[in-house]
Order: sequence, then C-alpha cells, then structure tokens
Amino acid sequence: MFLPHLALRSLANRLLTTLLTVLSIALSVGLLVGVENVRTGMRESFSNTVSGTDLIVGSRGGTIQIMLYSVFGMGSPVANISHETWRKYDEHPAVAWTIPYALGDSHRGFRVIGTNGSFYEHYRYRGGQPITLIEGRTAHGVFDLVLGAEVAARLNYELGDRIAVTHGMSAVGFMNHDDMPFEVVGILDRTFTPVDRAIYVTLEGISAIHLGWESGAPPMPGQEVLAEDVLAMDEVPVSQITSFFLGAESRALTLQLQREISTHEEEPLTAVIPGVALSEMWRGIGYAEDGLRVISGFVVLVGILGMLVSIYTSLEARRREMAILRALGAGPKKIVSLLVLEAGLLSSVGALLGVGLVYAGIIGLQPWLEGRFGLLIPIQPPDGVQLAYVGAVVVLGLAAGLVPAAKAYRTALHDGLSLRI
Amino acid sequence: MTDGDACVLAHDLTFSYPGGDPVLDLPELSIGTGERVFLYGPSGCGKTTLLSLVAGVLQPPPGTLQVLGHDVGALSSPARDRLRAAHIGYVFQMFNLIPYLDVRDNIALPVRITAARRNRLSGSLHQAVAETAAHLGIEDLLNEKVTRLSVGQQQRVAAARALLGDPELIIADEPTSALDQDRRRGFLELLFQNVQDAGSTLLFVSHDLTLSDLFDRSLSLAELNRAGA
Ligand SMILES: Nc1ncnc2c1ncn2[C@@H]1O[C@H](COP(=O)(O)OP(=O)(O)OP(=O)(O)O)[C@@H](O)[C@H]1O
Ligand SMILES: [Mg+2]
Repeated sequence: MFLPHLALRSLANRLLTTLLTVLSIALSVGLLVGVENVRTGMRESFSNTVSGTDLIVGSRGGTIQIMLYSVFGMGSPVANISHETWRKYDEHPAVAWTIPYALGDSHRGFRVIGTNGSFYEHYRYRGGQPITLIEGRTAHGVFDLVLGAEVAARLNYELGDRIAVTHGMSAVGFMNHDDMPFEVVGILDRTFTPVDRAIYVTLEGISAIHLGWESGAPPMPGQEVLAEDVLAMDEVPVSQITSFFLGAESRALTLQLQREISTHEEEPLTAVIPGVALSEMWRGIGYAEDGLRVISGFVVLVGILGMLVSIYTSLEARRREMAILRALGAGPKKIVSLLVLEAGLLSSVGALLGVGLVYAGIIGLQPWLEGRFGLLIPIQPPDGVQLAYVGAVVVLGLAAGLVPAAKAYRTALHDGLSLRI
Repeated sequence: MTDGDACVLAHDLTFSYPGGDPVLDLPELSIGTGERVFLYGPSGCGKTTLLSLVAGVLQPPPGTLQVLGHDVGALSSPARDRLRAAHIGYVFQMFNLIPYLDVRDNIALPVRITAARRNRLSGSLHQAVAETAAHLGIEDLLNEKVTRLSVGQQQRVAAARALLGDPELIIADEPTSALDQDRRRGFLELLFQNVQDAGSTLLFVSHDLTLSDLFDRSLSLAELNRAGA
C-alpha cells in the first residue's frame, strides 16, 4: 500500500513536530503504565510485609488494630494474652510454630518487642525471606537486645552498647527503667518492613523491666528490682504476652484453627489471617492510587489532544498537498485515511515507546528502588490492563485523527482545485 | 447531447460554491478530441472552477457536462475520482509537487494513488517514469529532492507526472505563469510535443494572451460565461 509510505514520509517531513508529538504521547502513556506498575509493586510489597504466617492472634479487638500493632508497629493493644493460653496453642497439634510478641515498651521512640528464638527462625517477609543478622547473635539472655536495621543506623549503636528501655511509648519517659541495662548483642539486616524499626529482646527481658511494677506504679523507694537481682533469679516469670504469630501444620488447618481460637473459652481472642487483612487494608488506602490513575488518564488525554492540535494546525500548511493529491485522483476518503493513518501512527508509536520507556526504566531502576525503598517492581510482560491502556490510546488517537480528517474531507469535497494559501 | 468527437462538452453548465452566487453559467462549450485549446479570462471569472468541474473534483449538475463520454454530474464521487485518476493529467500554476517525496515518487504519484492509471503503462512503472522524464529533459533529476528544483524544473516534473501513462486529457491551470518569457515557450513546446505524441487533448488556461497563437483555438471564458460578468 502506498498510503502508509505517504503518511510516513509526510510525518518524517515534519520531523520535529512528529518527534515532539510522539514524545508527549510516549511520556503520558509511560506515566499511565508506570503508575500501574508501581501500584502493583507497592501492593505486592505491602501485602508481603509479613508472609508465611497463617494467623496472627491478639486479644479481642479489630482485625486492623491487631495488624497495626503486631505487624506495622502502630497503636497498642487494649488487652494481653495470658502465658498459658499462648502455651496451649504453641503446643496445639495443628500448630507448627508460634512467635510471641510482648509490646508496650520503647527506647528513644522505637518499639521494644519481647519475643523468643522462634522470631529469628520463623518470621518471614516478602516472598518468604527470613530474618537475618548482619552482626552478632540472636537475643536469648534476659538483657540481650537485637536492633532492627533502621534503629541501628539512626541511633548509631554498635554491638556491646548498653541501653535503657522506657516503659510506655513516649520517646523520653520520665519513668526510665535506667536500672535495667540491656546490651546490644545483634543487629538485623534490612528488610524494608516495620521489622527494621523495632528493637527485639526476650520475653523475660520485658518481664524483668516490669518486676516491681505489678501495681502499675513505680516501685516504692528501696523496693526496686535491680539488674543483679534479676540475674540472680533462676527464671524470670513471664505471665503475659500481647499477641502471637502462628504457622499451622498445613494451610488447610488454618480456618479450623481460626474458628477454634475465636471461640476460646478462657479469654477473648481474635485470630487474623494476615494475607486477607493486608489486602483489606490495601483496599482502604487504595483510594490514593485511584486518584493517581485518574490523573495519569488525564495526562494521556492531554497528550492525545496535543497530537490533535498538531495535526489540525498542520492541515493549513498542507492544503496544497491535499489539493495535489485530489487532482491526481485521490478521493476524499483517501485524504481522510491518510490523516487518520498519521494519527494512528503517532499514537501507536507513542504508546509503544511509552511502554518501552517504562520497562527500560523498571529494568534500570529495579535494584535501586529495591535497595532504597524496599519497593520491588516486578519485571513481567504487560498484563491485560496495560495492553488495554495501550489499545485505548491507539483507538483514542485514531478517533482524534478523525477531527482534522473531517475538516480535510469537507475541504476536499467543496474546494475546487484552486491552490490557496 | 451526444458528440462522438468531443472530449469535453458542456451544455447549460451552471455551478455555484455552497452558499455562494453562481460562478459559472455556460450555455455551450465543446472541445474536440486531440484539440489544443487555450482558455483565458480575467482573474475570478471561473477558469479554475471550470477545470475542477471537468476534472470531476467538483460535481456539476447531471446532464450538463460530458467528459470523455461520461456524464460527470451523474457519476458518484469515487467514480469521478477514478475517471480523473485514469484519464486526466493535471498541472497546477505552481507548487505542483509534494515536498517530502523525491522527483521520481512525485512523477509516479498518480499510479501509486490509484490502480486506475497503472493499466495504461506499457512497461514497468520504473521504466515509464524514466521515459516520461527523458521526454521532458529531467532524467538527471529523478533522485533529487523536489525542494532543490528551480521553478522551471518543478513545472517540468509536474508535466511529466500529468503525462505519465498518456491520459486522454491534459488540463493545465496557468502552468507557465511563474516562468520567464523564454522558459514559457520552451515549456510549451515540450508539452505540445508530448501531448501530440500521445494524441491527448489539451485544455490550457492562462492570462498570457501572447501564447494563444500556439494553440488550435482560443476561448474567452468571460465571453462564454453568463454568470458574474
Ligand atoms: N472554494 C471556494 N468557495 C467559494 N468560492 C470560491 C471557491 N473557489 C473559488 N471561489 C469563487 O469563485 C469565483 C471563481 O474563482 P476561480 O478560482 O474559478 O477563478 P479563476 O478564473 O481561476 O481566477 P484566477 O485567474 O485568479 O485563478 C471567484 O469569485 C472565487 O471567489
Ligand atoms: Mg484560477
């Protein structure tokens, strides 16, 4: 066919305008597809904040609330779970492992979490990655303390540093447990999850800071429990925790366990399936991304409109060209096809270039994005939604081409062969 | 109105642009096959409009204009386009060429746009273009960009394009007005030569009455046209 050749030569003849038009469409399509990809990456990262855990159990409370305090380190539990209840489920035949969490204390604004060896062994995030130490060892002594990566970086702590833990969450509590000096024994590797922003001690460590505080008020002068008193004890009693993560023996047992835990007689418990809860939460914050989507949709419209304007204004300069084609036997429909074809070429090349740019960008920036923000944008062939976007842009481009084409059609029908300027 | 020998035959041909006053009202006009006709008249008297009607770009009322045996007014728009593409060569006053195609592509354009003209070529398109270009003395320019050509060269390329495939009717709308006196004569001689070789009819429009003696017949449109005058 000759028309494509003609359309290409005509576009090449207006190279600068053509390039700018293609670029503006490419950038707008790139934005749209890029937003879509980042969105997927964000959702993926978010819903993998914790993985491999079948249930998270807290005392009675909202699903979101339990997720917030146990996974995201936000807010605090209203009630605790007794040590016996936790032990009961830890030893339950359908349960493979549990990770206990005792929350409520902090150090210079970072949460202190009491847990046990299970945490280092079973906690998984983003596609089943385990927790690893870059320095030192896990906490098992009463005053052992392990730092999340960000805590270590921000507070500039090193192995062997001795620190105090604050009762409650305020950054500088007036009731510092100064008398309980913890020692940094390990530092965790970065996970880009809330794990990085917490400090890990043993359950006994948490109990130890609260010895003498049973009434909720500071111990009377002279009755303080000192570090050496704790160290002299055979065993520090642990009476309660706040929540625990649970891995079932098999996935199939999860729902059954959830039901059993929710109907636990001795105390009210809530068992949350983290995957379900996370996607529920994502839906809640997903409005922001809808907004982003709408905006990038408009940017695409602006890009197409720019193309329409550029073709339309070029028509004035191309009246002679149209008259010549007419004189040589081109019918009005051929003139229309030529213009629509040009619009189609501009928009499809623009759309493809846009997608290409996004993928080049993802491939180039993926390691940096993951290292810097923990945002893993998967490299995968464009999905249905993205292909639909590209298709819509091409169709929109063709439709936009009809506007100048309609004008050219009228001119072709009603103007004779007088060449006007 | 039947005249076996007439290439163009108008009878009570009237035309007005949409929403405008009548531009043309021709009681009678006849151009014989193989004739070389010189058409002149003051600016705005409707010369180009008449040519557009003959070429079938504008539609005349049915039964008022016959071109190469076809009632142009009765033909559909695509049929008129085909008639023009296959049987009519057209040369404009100036700026005849598509700026982004080279000389060869410009000459080949009518064949490329529709298949209609293709069938008239004896050999390959490449060969036909080369031959026609040779007849007009522009064989060395075939691979040039048209933007590099002088006005005289451009008009010869336009003539070559109109003559490609030897259409029955060549229409030229002031093709020499941008040329100087000597080039005008030279261009016309070339055009006549080729038109004669092909046995085509030539309908030539110009202001320049000094050229009229070269033609078989001269027509004053202002005198023929009852509209406007
Ligand atoms: N597309 C158009 N729409 C409306 N009126 C037109 C159009 N083209 C030409 N006219 C009018 O028709 C009349 C005849 O125009 P035409 O171009 O045929 O004149 P012409 O004899 O070729 O003039 P010139 O010698 O200057 O080329 C003029 O009055 C002109 O204004
Ligand atoms: Mg004119």
